[in-house]
Order: sequence, then C-alpha cells, then structure tokens
Amino acid sequence: MAIEHADVLRAAHLARVGLSEDEATGYVDDLSRILEMVDQLQAVDTQGITPLAHPLDATQRLRPDEVTERSQRDRFQACAPATEDGLYLVPRVVE
Amino acid sequence: MMQWETVIGLEVHVQLATQSKIFSGASTAFGAEPNTQACAVDLGMPGVLPVLNENAVAMAVKFGLAVDAEIPETSLFERKNYFYPDLPKGYQTSQMAQPIVGPGQVEITLDDGSTRSVRIHHAHLEEDAGKSLHEDYHGMTGIDLNRAGTPLLEIVSEPDMRSAKEAVAYIKALHAIVTYLGISDGNMAEGSMRCDVNVSVRPKGQAAFGTRAEIKNVNSFRFVEKAIAFEVERQIELIDDGGQVVQETRLFDPERDETRGMRTKEEANDYRYFPCPDLLPVMLDGAYVDHQRALMPELPSEKRHRFENQLGLSAYDAGVLASSRAMAEYFEAVKDVCGDAKQAANWVQGELSANLNRENLEIDDSPVTAGQLGGLIQRVMDDTISGKAAKQVFQALWDGEADSADAIIEARGLKQVTDTGAIEGMIDQVIADSPVQVAQYREADEAKRGKMIGYFVGQVMKASRGTANPQQVNSLLKQKLDQA
Repeated sequence: MAIEHADVLRAAHLARVGLSEDEATGYVDDLSRILEMVDQLQAVDTQGITPLAHPLDATQRLRPDEVTERSQRDRFQACAPATEDGLYLVPRVVE
Repeated sequence: MMQWETVIGLEVHVQLATQSKIFSGASTAFGAEPNTQACAVDLGMPGVLPVLNENAVAMAVKFGLAVDAEIPETSLFERKNYFYPDLPKGYQTSQMAQPIVGPGQVEITLDDGSTRSVRIHHAHLEEDAGKSLHEDYHGMTGIDLNRAGTPLLEIVSEPDMRSAKEAVAYIKALHAIVTYLGISDGNMAEGSMRCDVNVSVRPKGQAAFGTRAEIKNVNSFRFVEKAIAFEVERQIELIDDGGQVVQETRLFDPERDETRGMRTKEEANDYRYFPCPDLLPVMLDGAYVDHQRALMPELPSEKRHRFENQLGLSAYDAGVLASSRAMAEYFEAVKDVCGDAKQAANWVQGELSANLNRENLEIDDSPVTAGQLGGLIQRVMDDTISGKAAKQVFQALWDGEADSADAIIEARGLKQVTDTGAIEGMIDQVIADSPVQVAQYREADEAKRGKMIGYFVGQVMKASRGTANPQQVNSLLKQKLDQA
C-alpha cells in the first residue's frame, strides 16, 4: 500500500506535528516502506484468531479506591509557561 | 399533512462516586481549589503509568447487572486521540471495541403509569477531561485539571425512544438506578449526569432512520425535553421547506431555548482509537460478577413491584415512593414504626412532601424524622388524636417544638376525649344552651337533620377545644337529639 503526500500532511496535522514540504516528501518514502512491511503481515491468514490487545500475557491489576496523592500544584506549575489563581493559562480557546 | 415520527437515542455520562480517580490516587472531591487534585498521572507527566481503580470497575459491573446486561469476561481500554487544552495527555482513555458492559435494557415508566423497555447498546468506562475557564485571563484561557481523570460511565442507548417524554423517563430511570446503586450522586446541576441527545425525524411508517443531529451537554430533565422539542420542530420545518438535515453537533442554549449548530469543522473527527499500551486487558470472571451481584441493593423496579404486590399500594403510590432511594427508605421506616403501609404512604406523599416542596428541601433534610412521623401516625390509628389534630402535631414536629408526637400531644392537650361520660356531659351542656336550635332540629325531617347536626358537633368540638373524637360526638349527639 502506497502513501501519498496528502496522507502524510493529514497524519501530521492530526498529530499536530509541523512538517515542511521537503520533510513531508521524505516521509512519503519512509512511511510507504513501513506500510509495505505491514502489507506482508496482512497477507497472513488470521481467520478465527482473536486480535491481540496487548503483547504481555497478563491482565490488569486493580488498585484500591483510596486517595494517595497530595497536592503538588506548586511543583507541577513551576514548569508551566503561565499560571494564575492556580490555573494553567493557555492561548485562548474559542468554541 | 405529513405525519412525523421522532427517533431519539441518548448517551448519558454518569460520574462515578469513587473517592479517587479512575487511573490515579488523586481525590475526586467536588469544589477543591484549582489543580490541587491533579496529580502527575492526571497531568500526563512523562513516565507515569495508569492503574485502574477497582471501585470504578465494581460500579460499572453493578450498573450492568441492574440493566440485565451481559458482562463480558474481557474488556479493553483504548485511546481516543484529540487535542484540547483540558485534555493534558492528548488522548482520552476510553473503551470502544470491548466495553465493560454489553447490551442490556432499562424499564421506563411514562406519566400514565405504563411501562416500556429501552435497549442499552453498551456502557463503557472512561476518564473525564478538565475544565476550561473562558473568562478573560489577559486574553488567555484558564485550565483547571481537577476533574481530569474522574471516572465516567458512558451509557449508550439504542435509538428506541419516540418522544421527548420517553427520553426524560429514560433519564429518570437511569438516575434512579445509579442513585439506588450508590454509584453516582446523580447531581445534574454539578455535572454528575450529562446527556448527549441524538435526534432525527422520519415520516411515520418509514423504516429507515432520518439523518440525526447530536445535541451536546443537555444537563437537566427539563432541558432534555426542551432541547428535543426545539430540535424536532427545526428538523421538520427544514424538511418541509425542501431542505435536508445535516449530521452535525449542536449545542442547546437554555437561555434562548434553542439548539445551535457548532462551528462545523472542515474535517470529520478522526479519533484514531487504538488499544492503550499502558493498560492490560481487564478480566472479570463469573465469581467476581456474582460477588458484585450479591452486594447490590433492591432496585427501583423491584421495589415498585414489592410496594404494589406485598404492601398493597396503588401502582401510582408505589411508583412515586420507589422513584428515589431516599424517599423509599424513609417511607419504609415510617411504615415499620406505624405498621400501616397505606397510612405511611399517604403521609409521606401528602403532608411531608408538601412541606418539603414548600421549603425546597430534599427528604434527607426533612426536619421530621421517619421515626417521629411513624409515631404520629400510630397516635392517629389508635384514636389518641383526631386527623385534624395530627396535622397540628406534624407542623409542631416540623418546627422542632418537641422530639416526639407524644410530647406535643401532651404539651398541647390534644389527646382526644373518648370517655363517653365526659363527651355526654359536654353534649348535655350544649343541648341545654341551645333550646332554639334543638327545637328546630326536632321539627325538621330526617333529610334536613343531617345538615343541622353540624351546628351541634361544632359546638361540642369547640367546648372540648377540639379534643373530642368527632365520630363519637356525632353518634352520641344523634342519639340524644333524636331521643325526645
């Protein structure tokens, strides 16, 4: 399966990754090669096999419903670009 | 004119009443200072790992059992990817392909008392996002992540509802179930239950569904009804005018009582769901599910049937009393004290509810306890006080005058006089004092006497300061007046 230039730009946009036109062209080749490998995998007959959700043969451990965390707001906000009144400030979001 | 049918499906987000978040040990308490309950896991700091809250799982399973749903042995968490500042990780951990609760059904009760079933497509666990505060912070938006990671159960119905009233009945049924189970406080005003409504219309008799619009964040029973009514009208007008309904997300504006299209994005949402590598499959075996089943309280529909069939209440009374767990428990406590279900039901739905409504109180906040009300009803049933005096006693209990009905009856001297001798004495006095009325009564025919006796009853009751038993007064008076 080949990937087109527009697909790369769309994937980059969805991931909010900025790409120049040249970089995008490079990724068309790289990603196409990865998808070729995926095509090989697709050729395997998987009829009747349950999709594997996780490679580990283990199940989710559950945690007791207890509050174990204390507020560390000052520490977390020390690395935030802007805060006020305990809030993180971000560029205006308009709905 | 074309007959239209409305088709409604609902997605209801229920905030689960856990102490801690779904994947972290941060508190979920409402109303804390901003960002004091957002820990490294909730913030999506590098290197952290989510660990699933066992109580969130137990709550979801109980809900599933309450709606007769299948609880699959394996369920999976997936990532729903999108960017928004109140979603720090860049994805919401949710479930799609293998949710924790499979197909089920909910019994809804309509205003006329009839019931019908609404199918549940599935219910899944997910985490809530934070809150964006759009007030002006120097042209920026403030973000509070306390709510990020709060467990939600999203309950998705089949498009089985055909009117706004059915949709409201469905939400009320869900509300009753989650509050009975104690898995949510169900407080819609605080956002503990949030509702997205899918609405479409189609010509009556057509099998295919029309194009639907999704109305987001409709957060009260009343708004659900209003938003649907507006949306149905809008879609029918649009089609009648030769237009077409477009599939879109709309917002309900309760102030203007209308729905509005949200800015349509040029591209459709592409959430790129994939299994969350940080969370392993959740396995629930039959023993676990049975254990949760054993912990479940009696559910609203079971209670309603028991009130009707075992306690002999009317379908209406049973429905009202079973509608909330607090009300049902209060009623049963009153019934246990006074020993009479019908009387208990009358008082809870009558005097008590009227007072609660007047003062805008919930039953949990009632100044009159179930024990006090039960004690009062006992005194009516054993003829210690008249029904009229009982209302006085109730009001006195409500106002906190004393701890028990007996104390108020004693203090106010409301005890009914049932001693025949004492009543006869009062009657003789009234007869002696009212020669004119007695003469008129005795001249009148039987048909008129019934009415005329009221005067004498009133006089005797007055003389007894309301404490004489009115039935007794009536029959003794009749004997004496008819005698001569």
